[in-house]
Amino acid sequence: MKRLPFEKPLSELLDKIEQLKTLSQTEGIDLTSEIAKIEERADAVRRDLYANLTPIDVVQIARHPNRPDAISLATLMLTDWTELHGDRQFADDPSIIGGLGLMGSHRVMLIGHQKGHDTKENIYRNFGMPHPEGYRKALRLMQLADRFNIPIVTLIDTPGAYPGLAAEERGQAEAIARNLKEMAGFRVPIISVVIGEGGSGGALGIGVGNRLLMLQYAVYSVISPEGCASILFRDAKKADIAAKALRITASDIHSLGVCHGILPEPLGGAHHHWQETASTIQSACIAELNRYQSWSSDAIIEERFQHFRKLGPFIENNEPANMPSFC
Amino acid sequence: MSIVDWFAKKEKANATSTKLNIPGDVWIKCPSCGEILFQKDLESNAKVCPKCQHHFRLSASERIDLLVDPHSFVEVDSSISPIDFLTFSDTEPYQTRIHKSQSKSLSKDAVITGSATIQGIPVQLAVMDFGFMGGSMGAVVGEKITRTIERGVATQNPVIVVASSGGARMQEGIMSLMQMAKTSVALQQLARVKVPYISIMSDPTTGGTSASFATLGDINLVEPGALVSFAGPRVIEQTIRQKLPKGAQRAEFLLHHGMVDRVVHRKELPTTIAKLLRVLMIPSGGAHETTPL
Repeated sequence: MKRLPFEKPLSELLDKIEQLKTLSQTEGIDLTSEIAKIEERADAVRRDLYANLTPIDVVQIARHPNRPDAISLATLMLTDWTELHGDRQFADDPSIIGGLGLMGSHRVMLIGHQKGHDTKENIYRNFGMPHPEGYRKALRLMQLADRFNIPIVTLIDTPGAYPGLAAEERGQAEAIARNLKEMAGFRVPIISVVIGEGGSGGALGIGVGNRLLMLQYAVYSVISPEGCASILFRDAKKADIAAKALRITASDIHSLGVCHGILPEPLGGAHHHWQETASTIQSACIAELNRYQSWSSDAIIEERFQHFRKLGPFIENNEPANMPSFC
Repeated sequence: MSIVDWFAKKEKANATSTKLNIPGDVWIKCPSCGEILFQKDLESNAKVCPKCQHHFRLSASERIDLLVDPHSFVEVDSSISPIDFLTFSDTEPYQTRIHKSQSKSLSKDAVITGSATIQGIPVQLAVMDFGFMGGSMGAVVGEKITRTIERGVATQNPVIVVASSGGARMQEGIMSLMQMAKTSVALQQLARVKVPYISIMSDPTTGGTSASFATLGDINLVEPGALVSFAGPRVIEQTIRQKLPKGAQRAEFLLHHGMVDRVVHRKELPTTIAKLLRVLMIPSGGAHETTPL
């Protein structure tokens, strides 16, 4: 598994463990107690590293190639999962997936950005960067869910909507904008979970929900730290400073009042334990969906409206308004 | 005369001719056709090049003057001001940028809002100002546009938003992104009460602004030549190294690809808007039963 730059102190220990394991196999020597000792130390180092992560470290975890993807999570969280394809207008975008299934006893329409785990998959999935047809597929499926009164769960994991000529020709901006407006009007509850990268408008395009949850090491940002560094700091290498300044970690987004809850990840990140991550997301979503069981559609729409209405601090007549809790 | 002397003499002549030059704010070169234009002529022509019809950018107040009936505009929410709630600092602190922009501008942020009439029709109006931090959308722009839409819901007046913006204001982090949702959610409410919303896209309308309220008009109008895109040409070239063909993402490209209803010359905007609103707002019983607006 790919080791992240900040895991360097851990890396040497993990190498040693592997060496000892091969040695004990090839030479037939019993090194179990030595290996156990180093593993214990590795765990301590890992705990220490993960207790002191900088925002750019978290970005690296959020982008880890082995991070659980939307389809895998759907398979782990839902029974009777059936993927559905196509926007009925132009194409089927593999960067956004969707389908029906049961989450516990709840019917759900699950929508998510889909990344790959290796180069071949990533090329097919366009690195999780949708074209307009992806957003239009998501909209079609959400409208279907709304018609049949099926709650919507969206899994957010994208570097952003694809910036290219074809996407512009087919109306990338309009496709995202339409989703924002239409999601606001659905009569069913929408639960959004940022499972990895929440990349700007491309993330928001399936993220106008009643509730926003974030995995512990997920990030959500108006622009990538690299993009912000090159535009505002005039130096792409200052991504670490930009990542800090933009406040993109789950705890920052939570304290800004944008996200409603943080879902803990296994030690070392979600990529170490997909099953555990899936059950964490599943139980959080079920708890949320239980809340809405006796709600009227008007109340559901009103809650979503009120959430977004109060986001955005400003000063009016010398009085601050909508200030986040940490200020 | 040696060649050195000749050059010296030539340089001197050039220097004198520069001195004789007329101050820069009297003449202006059209960036599109290269024609040298008399600033006053340009201003009396709605800041449109008389030779090639290139539409120069307008400040919010110039736009309001050209769009609505004289003296009909009543500004509201003018005291709403941005706050640096993230204590954000890049090459300079966000607070300093706010102060600098406010001292250069008459307004406190990148949008002016209020009510007005267009050829007698009462409207709720929001006009963005590219001159204020690139027309970027932060919490103030989001709040003022949302209130404009809400006044449309309350008064049943049609809503007109003139976009002119580079996108979300990065200095406000995730909160700038949330303004896309906030304004779009408000437009959902406007749609429910069946009050028309006309979006006018001027140069430029990109990023978070194009991916929210600017492309959500019941009717989308765009000024000739305006750049409207999700990802601007520079972003596309830098991220995927794709060079865009000439004219891509300009108004006529958008019309060709079905993204806007009409490309409208600046001078034709008030008439076009008024014609559309008159028809849109006639009750379904028919024109003959209503008094003219």
